[in-house]
Amino acid sequence: MSIRDRLSGNEAIATAMRQINPDVFAMFPITPSTEIPQYYAQYVADGLVDTEFICVESEHSAMSACIGAEAAGCRAVTATSSAGLSYMNEMLYVAASSRLPLVLAVSNRALTGPININHDYSDSMAERDSGFIQIYAENNQEAYDNYLQAHRIAETKDVRLPVMICEDGFITSHALENIELESDEDVKAFVGEYKPENYLLKSENPLAVGPYGVSGYYMEARVAQAEAMKNAKRAILEVAKDFEEKFGRKYGFFEEYKMEDAEIAIVLMGSSAGTAKACVDELRKENIKAGLIKVRVFRPFPGEELAKALENCKAVAVLDKSEGFSANGGPLFAETASAMINMDKRPKMVDIVYGLGGRDFTVDSARRVFNRLLNIVKTGDIGPVYSHMGQRDLRKEVQ
Amino acid sequence: MENMIEIRWHGRGGQGAKTASQLLADAAFMSGKYIQSFPEYGPERSGAPITAYNRISDERCNIHSNIYEPDYVVVVDETLLESVDVTRGLKKEGAIVINSAKKASELRGLLRGYEGRVYTIDAGTISRKHLGGYFPNTPMLAAIVAVSECVKKDKFLEDMKVSYQHKFAKKPQVIEGNLLCLKEAMEEVKE
Repeated sequence: MSIRDRLSGNEAIATAMRQINPDVFAMFPITPSTEIPQYYAQYVADGLVDTEFICVESEHSAMSACIGAEAAGCRAVTATSSAGLSYMNEMLYVAASSRLPLVLAVSNRALTGPININHDYSDSMAERDSGFIQIYAENNQEAYDNYLQAHRIAETKDVRLPVMICEDGFITSHALENIELESDEDVKAFVGEYKPENYLLKSENPLAVGPYGVSGYYMEARVAQAEAMKNAKRAILEVAKDFEEKFGRKYGFFEEYKMEDAEIAIVLMGSSAGTAKACVDELRKENIKAGLIKVRVFRPFPGEELAKALENCKAVAVLDKSEGFSANGGPLFAETASAMINMDKRPKMVDIVYGLGGRDFTVDSARRVFNRLLNIVKTGDIGPVYSHMGQRDLRKEVQ
Repeated sequence: MENMIEIRWHGRGGQGAKTASQLLADAAFMSGKYIQSFPEYGPERSGAPITAYNRISDERCNIHSNIYEPDYVVVVDETLLESVDVTRGLKKEGAIVINSAKKASELRGLLRGYEGRVYTIDAGTISRKHLGGYFPNTPMLAAIVAVSECVKKDKFLEDMKVSYQHKFAKKPQVIEGNLLCLKEAMEEVKE
């Protein structure tokens, strides 16, 4: 039986962590993720958890401490944002390549510069090749539910990869909304105990972690890691299925909203998807066949499935909430477009970069995107493949 | 969405407009509603103008943008009236509630031609009387509940009593003062 409550995204994630009671939490604060360790410190002080709560001197050290703990056979977690995630960069690769299934909560925030504390995905998109599984949330409920699924996905025997659970900084992390929580017992039963087969301190079968990989072996390790990421696709769906059976909320690689007969569609991530759904509802009332796909799992990228979901559309706009400076579109567009490359039938596609550094995305913003798609369908002319929207001077926006 | 109430709060960093918006969300939550309460942050510094928002509805609201056409506006610090366009987008069927010792009619001139209802409440005096200090949040919360009727008054007072008993479990002496603050503000908020 779910518990009706109201929590911010940060408190929802901290609550999930408390229910799971990991062995180690290594913390270093940075806005907007700071509240996660702040709430957790209270749980430690109140004796609600018996986690080793380590206050380290930097994010690099936070990730290093998690790596050490996981290598020793513990369940380890941390949380960060923006520059903190960038500072972890080196150690993210160590965690993933050492196949350590730790869980990192990210309250997404723009990277400098100019300095900015608000939301976009530039921090986690910069780590998309780190080997972490990346799962994104539309709201506090999804952040909580994704976190409950994270440890099991990470610890799946043929996966063993770290997971990044992302929520939109401020928009989700600091917004109080209704949420359905599960009981501590049900969460513990769902997540289970962590029993690694091998770990550093197992006396009967001691293990080396992070040794030098000569050219004769390095590639085998990387291919094995790539296979693990492919296996993660199966694990994510299995855990989601079990989650739905236990708790009734359904998850997949992405959410399809009114896509059955959609002729025009938006592909996007996070909280903006909720706002765009309101626009889809309006358009449907006007008999316009609009739909939306909200990408939940960005790593591993569900290319084949996404391509199939989009194949019958006439025009699709991918909305990127990070600027990759490729001069060729953002990361979500690059992945989505390349997933379509061998399809016989595919829609016309454009990329629109939006919402950088917390620039607001409204129902009207979504309406302007759909209007552009209607124009593309009508004229057959896509205009510039890659453009920006929502600038102070709206005349700069491609119609 | 039908029956959704959207509220925008204006205050200064450190005065607790964000907290007040969370308290309102709490009250509406306790009455069975779906709620959103979220702040809009600029560079964080004490005294700078800040904005916070509420959505209160019967179904879950998926929209996660700021609010541009609110039904109600609450101004926690009347000095903002000169520097911030507090009635921007405010629906004329709605209302604005201002923390001020002045009468509503004296402030209308500062509201850039706003045609809707204007209310004032002297939150400072009420909070000094019952709480012994300047805590405008509590009276402002009661005032917006009274004006917007987003929660029924009796239900609101009952729920807040339970909420305070929980929140101030270790300081029960302040519960009565907070409740008196709420009651007086609900009576004293005037058009």
